[in-house]
Amino acid sequence: MRMRDISKSFGQIQANSAVSLDIYRGEILALLGENGSGKTTLMNMLSGIYFPDSGEIEIDGEPVVIASPKDAFDKGIGMIHQHFKLVNVFTAAENIILGLEDEDAFDIAAACGRIRAICDSYGFDVDPDQKVYDMSVSQKQTVEIVKLLYRGADILILDEPTAVLTPQETDRLFAILRNMRDDGKAIVIITHKLREVLDISDRVAVLRKGAYVGAMATAETSPQEMTNMMVGHQVSLNIDRPAPVDPKERIRVSGVTVRNQEGVVKLDNVSFTARSGEILGIAGISGCGQKELLEAIAGLQPVEVGSIEYIHDNGRSEQLIGKDPLEIAALGVALSFVPEDRLGMGLVGNMDLTDNMMLRSFRQGRGIFTDRKGPRHLAEKVVEELEVSTDSISTPVRKLSGGNVQKVLVGREISSSPTVLLSAYAVRGLDVNSSYLIYDLINQQKERGVAVVYVGEDLDVLLEFCDRILVLCGGKVSGIVDGRGATKNEVGLMMTKLGGEEA
Amino acid sequence: MIHIAKRKEMPLPQALAIRLGAIVAALVACGVITAIATGLNPVDVYAAMVKGAFGTPRKVWILLQELAILLCVSLALTPAFRMRFWNLGGEGQILVGGLAAASCMIILGNRLPNALLIPLMFVSSACAGALWALLPALFKARWNTNETLFTLMMNYVATQLVAFFVIVWEVPKGSGNIGIINQSTEAGWLPQVGGYKYLLNILLVAILTVIMHIYLAYSKHGYEISVVGESPNTARYVGIKVEKVIVRTLLLSGAICGFAGLLLVGGTAHTITTTIAGGRGFTAVMVAWLAKFNPITMVASSLLLVFMSCGAGEISTAFGLNHSFGDILTGIILFFIIGCEFFITYRIVFSKKEGERDV
Repeated sequence: MRMRDISKSFGQIQANSAVSLDIYRGEILALLGENGSGKTTLMNMLSGIYFPDSGEIEIDGEPVVIASPKDAFDKGIGMIHQHFKLVNVFTAAENIILGLEDEDAFDIAAACGRIRAICDSYGFDVDPDQKVYDMSVSQKQTVEIVKLLYRGADILILDEPTAVLTPQETDRLFAILRNMRDDGKAIVIITHKLREVLDISDRVAVLRKGAYVGAMATAETSPQEMTNMMVGHQVSLNIDRPAPVDPKERIRVSGVTVRNQEGVVKLDNVSFTARSGEILGIAGISGCGQKELLEAIAGLQPVEVGSIEYIHDNGRSEQLIGKDPLEIAALGVALSFVPEDRLGMGLVGNMDLTDNMMLRSFRQGRGIFTDRKGPRHLAEKVVEELEVSTDSISTPVRKLSGGNVQKVLVGREISSSPTVLLSAYAVRGLDVNSSYLIYDLINQQKERGVAVVYVGEDLDVLLEFCDRILVLCGGKVSGIVDGRGATKNEVGLMMTKLGGEEA
Repeated sequence: MIHIAKRKEMPLPQALAIRLGAIVAALVACGVITAIATGLNPVDVYAAMVKGAFGTPRKVWILLQELAILLCVSLALTPAFRMRFWNLGGEGQILVGGLAAASCMIILGNRLPNALLIPLMFVSSACAGALWALLPALFKARWNTNETLFTLMMNYVATQLVAFFVIVWEVPKGSGNIGIINQSTEAGWLPQVGGYKYLLNILLVAILTVIMHIYLAYSKHGYEISVVGESPNTARYVGIKVEKVIVRTLLLSGAICGFAGLLLVGGTAHTITTTIAGGRGFTAVMVAWLAKFNPITMVASSLLLVFMSCGAGEISTAFGLNHSFGDILTGIILFFIIGCEFFITYRIVFSKKEGERDV
């Protein structure tokens, strides 16, 4: 299978530009790249979820058009998404035959027989009569794989299949994938974990910022080379980095462990200190616990064990764990939080600028009525000072562009003179000018003596912007480096956990 | 190839023009169907509808009374709906409110003076309605149960409860009816203002409309309701206790429904039956949606529905048509009015790219 010059853009964002990729039968190809490098988009075009803006796809030398997931199935292409697409109240067998249109598709007994045959030949452990809601995550994933095989897929695409698995389950999955490869199937596995690339793949193709960087045989490459290809050469961005002013301990996190609702450990024994007048960067592949870490500090995420202390100027410390945002504010802790999902948490899309400005302050004043005078002034001030382009302050924020939404959020959060500023992906989706404006704003806060925790995804930025960088990998701290001395490769390797022990 | 795209934002005059166009189109469609199905002149039929709704002062009073009760229930549902809590239990909350008022009238009617009895009826019917809404609210807040089903089921419980008490208090025994309560003493009957039977109800609901508008638009509670409805995560992020807001808002919603029950029992009917709510708990859902949960706009949307229902009654008697024919016309008009929202939110794009895409 060959993909030629595939391009796809969403609005102004170019997700893939002229990517060419070959996939061979009897081979496992690892598709490697940072977050947002266009891996998933590219594979979605193979599986018929998106349609490329330009470019061609050939299978066995024949040009093909894949306009829908059904087209993809007909061509033997199947994809397993990060989020499974199964009907919970159905059994495994019912899910597997769901959507088939043959006359005899609904002969469950016969289907079960075929499912067992598939399972036996590849070593799956699936009970066709088990309900999906009774299954573990790894069993659900197996059902997804069997579903594709049942439909005769011989090109399988797996989008970060190991993200939800334990190491033992990962090993089992890899064994199955090898079986399938030996059976002549083509397998593509999307990942950003170098170790897995080395473990399972025969060939590795690297994407960076939507473009194809190169491919090589896994046996002939090294983690170092792959990291280089993945992150690219260092670019100078010229972001200001004033020296920290009188740094003092402000937030002390020790031994924090957090589980999500499914019981998966998202943060594992995390300890660090954030100091006033300093920007502490948090680096890591997305989903390595950054979100949970910030939310734990902000009082939005229950913590299993550990302690998060806020240290006042006079040395008195307050435990923040077990308190909600209101209780934290009541302790006199001026904490501001710019979350990742701006319109899902942080702002209310359907409300106008004024109403969004008073989200934190609406309780002020006696009486049952809200006072919109202050928030209106604040909205006007933010619009003017941060150059928010909007028709008026009565425009719902969801109508603003991403950069302007972020300015509104940051403007509100810094208006309360915080002593701690937490920010997650503050410049994601922003154009260059807005990004620099946000960097400047954060630097101003730093000079005011605010302890800034800055979760970022662009290593170049982190290295030029932050005083210290904490690297997270799979919920664990793999190290804290000085932003002025560290190199991109060093941090990149720590992110993929090959730092420390092996590099 | 045709596909549907979301519009950015339509200027208000254009949106109003589309809505007006929809009403005209609905009237034309109704006219055509009337002419084909009954052979009557549609203009005559429309004239009869207007006459049925506004023909005599008495008809106008009935229309306004119906409008007041429907509006009251719609106002009750609004805070819950703004919070994206789909309270479909209005029917049951009205019934238990009415039942509470009726039981005060029956049990205490001859023991308390009206000056005490009537306030007591207000309190007890509001509490009963609030209790009926509290149960689903607690379950939603604590265990995130589905409020739509839960509130709906509570309606049946309320109906059975009323049916039980109707048998307990039936007059005469075996009739299956309570009859007019306290007919001779008029104990617990809401007073008449200026000699008009319905005026008090209308005034109370008018005041309630203004209060509800102010509550939702300007109070801290109203602001919390909007934040919780739009984004529970944002609410938590700023320290709003989502569970508390859900319970508090549903207490309010249920209490106002119970109050509507009081207006029906104490204000106009002076009796209670299992059908006293008359489906208003559900009609009000439509009223609230049509008005996009704005209390002031709700006056217009409930007027529309009440007008259609009064008019439909008139044409069924005037032309000897089945009452269902009026319902058919109401259905057609609502179809157009609701359907036009689609064209306000979305536009249809005819793309000519088909040739290119198949390459």
